[in-house]
Amino acid sequence: MAETTTNAEPTRRDFLFIATGATAAVGLGALAWPFVMQMAPDAATVAAGAPVELDLSPIAEGQIVRLFWRGKLIFVRHRTEAEIQQARETPMTALKDPEPDEERVVAGKDQWLIIFGNCTHLGCVPLDFAGEYRGWFCPCHGSVFDTSGRIRTGPAPINLPVPPYTFVDDTRIVIGEA
Amino acid sequence: MSAHSTTYVPKNAAAKWLESRLPIIGLVHSSFVAFPVPRNLNYMWTFGAILMAMLVLQIVTGIVLAMHYTPHADMAFASVEHIMRDVHYGWLMRYLHANGASFFFVAVFIHMFKGMYYGSYKAPREVLWILGVIILLLMMGTAFMGYVLPWGQMSYWGATVITNLFSVIPVVGDVVVSFLWGGYSVGNPTLNRFFSLHYLLPFMLFGVVILHIWALHVPGNNNPAGIPIKSGKDAIPFHPYMTVKDTLSLVIFLIVLSWFVFYMPNYLGHADNYVPANPAATPSHIVPEWYFLPFYAILRAIPNALLGVIAMFASIAVLAFLPWLDTSKVRSASYRPAFRVFFWLFVATCIGLGYLGAMPAEGGYVVAAQILTFYYFAHFLVILPLLGLFETPKPLPNSISESIFGKDGSGKSGSAMPVGAAAQPQSK
Repeated sequence: MAETTTNAEPTRRDFLFIATGATAAVGLGALAWPFVMQMAPDAATVAAGAPVELDLSPIAEGQIVRLFWRGKLIFVRHRTEAEIQQARETPMTALKDPEPDEERVVAGKDQWLIIFGNCTHLGCVPLDFAGEYRGWFCPCHGSVFDTSGRIRTGPAPINLPVPPYTFVDDTRIVIGEA
Repeated sequence: MSAHSTTYVPKNAAAKWLESRLPIIGLVHSSFVAFPVPRNLNYMWTFGAILMAMLVLQIVTGIVLAMHYTPHADMAFASVEHIMRDVHYGWLMRYLHANGASFFFVAVFIHMFKGMYYGSYKAPREVLWILGVIILLLMMGTAFMGYVLPWGQMSYWGATVITNLFSVIPVVGDVVVSFLWGGYSVGNPTLNRFFSLHYLLPFMLFGVVILHIWALHVPGNNNPAGIPIKSGKDAIPFHPYMTVKDTLSLVIFLIVLSWFVFYMPNYLGHADNYVPANPAATPSHIVPEWYFLPFYAILRAIPNALLGVIAMFASIAVLAFLPWLDTSKVRSASYRPAFRVFFWLFVATCIGLGYLGAMPAEGGYVVAAQILTFYYFAHFLVILPLLGLFETPKPLPNSISESIFGKDGSGKSGSAMPVGAAAQPQSK
């Protein structure tokens, strides 16, 4: 300890300072981690967010029903032939967010349109069967959606999104994912 | 008081800008960096910093718990179990908060006993001491209301017993109680307002703590010798010496807290509080948490309800008069051999009262509690005033440095460290 050192050579004290500082930093991180993580969705909320099953058989042709998954509203529309035709005959150039109707439904189950029910502008719930195309109309700022839930006119930027869902059999679907 | 040798000088432009508008860096520097502190402080002086850390811990864990807790009588108990089982690390937050409260009181009792032993309450620190008594009262109120929130059997019945006490107030007692309850008995309105006040009081506590530290910094710290700083040699700067010492002490304290949190988290609690509140069934033994037991013993020792309540509050209020009750001109018990005996008798009395508070109020326990309650007050009202007049204190050292280094003063005595070695940070 009595030897002289030049400024350039690190001393034992430097090592101790840095080692202590690094250990303290790791310790503080370990301490902070639970306080941050406790805000993550808890086990009960995650359990309540599990996929939901829906029986389609009571839904009449032309009817729209609503349900919630993870707190978000979902429209299930049993479309008529005419509604499907109208959606299929729309040219892509007429769409603000071009997307063919075929890609928004399950093949062979084209009459079932399952979409999120909040306007993609600012989140209001649009009105069923309203607007020029008798799809949906959002009264908040005038967005018009067609029978495929696609934005046609108005401020909404994208089509009403499709949630993840699968057909368990011909009349039952499971909406959501784990 | 020794002059502050170093004042803060801002080094860069941003610091200069802030300092000229709000001199907060300078304030922190003069209070916690350059602040001169007696060089003979022992580890009993680290509990102030520990208490500050515990207050922050309680507030942070408390705010986190409040994100998941529901303060409604029908849902409170279940929401606490939801925290324990569903919320990520919820069990840790809850156990930290519950055991943190106990350790907050461990630290405050040690801190208070230190003050009593070394005469830290004497002039010119009377206001500092009285602010401390106010802090203790706020802590007790906060802890009491916090314990009600889980809405277990002890929560409900402890709330019932303690709120009922206020009915002894003459004339307005019953109105006061009904306003505390927000109804005709402890119920949901009570729970809701206790939650609100439990969230509020810690921040008021924080304000009083700021005053407490301010009142301390006017005369500076007391020290084990009880004599003031006479020259620069008697003092060392708060940073790095006290910052490092407080950090070490805090780490050891947190290790002990962690032992409880991780290995025995329910040891200090009561099993009955894991039973949801049932207004139709009273637990066989209603006991408060351990830190209230001595006061509970005093309350129950007096057969008359009103006098019992008065005695309980008086046992805390008498502390505020300590600066004037103790007539000794000598501050520190280190130089008061007779006082030391009575001090430890007082500590034993407090522990004894605590034990009796947990026992049923029957037979021999009642008599013992009455004797110890009498002695508790006698210590303050009879022994301390008389001791100062009749005891023979030991001669005081000439200075703090002399009490450490010996009469030479220049540090040549064999037991002390070479002068200068301790106080100089390594210069490179």
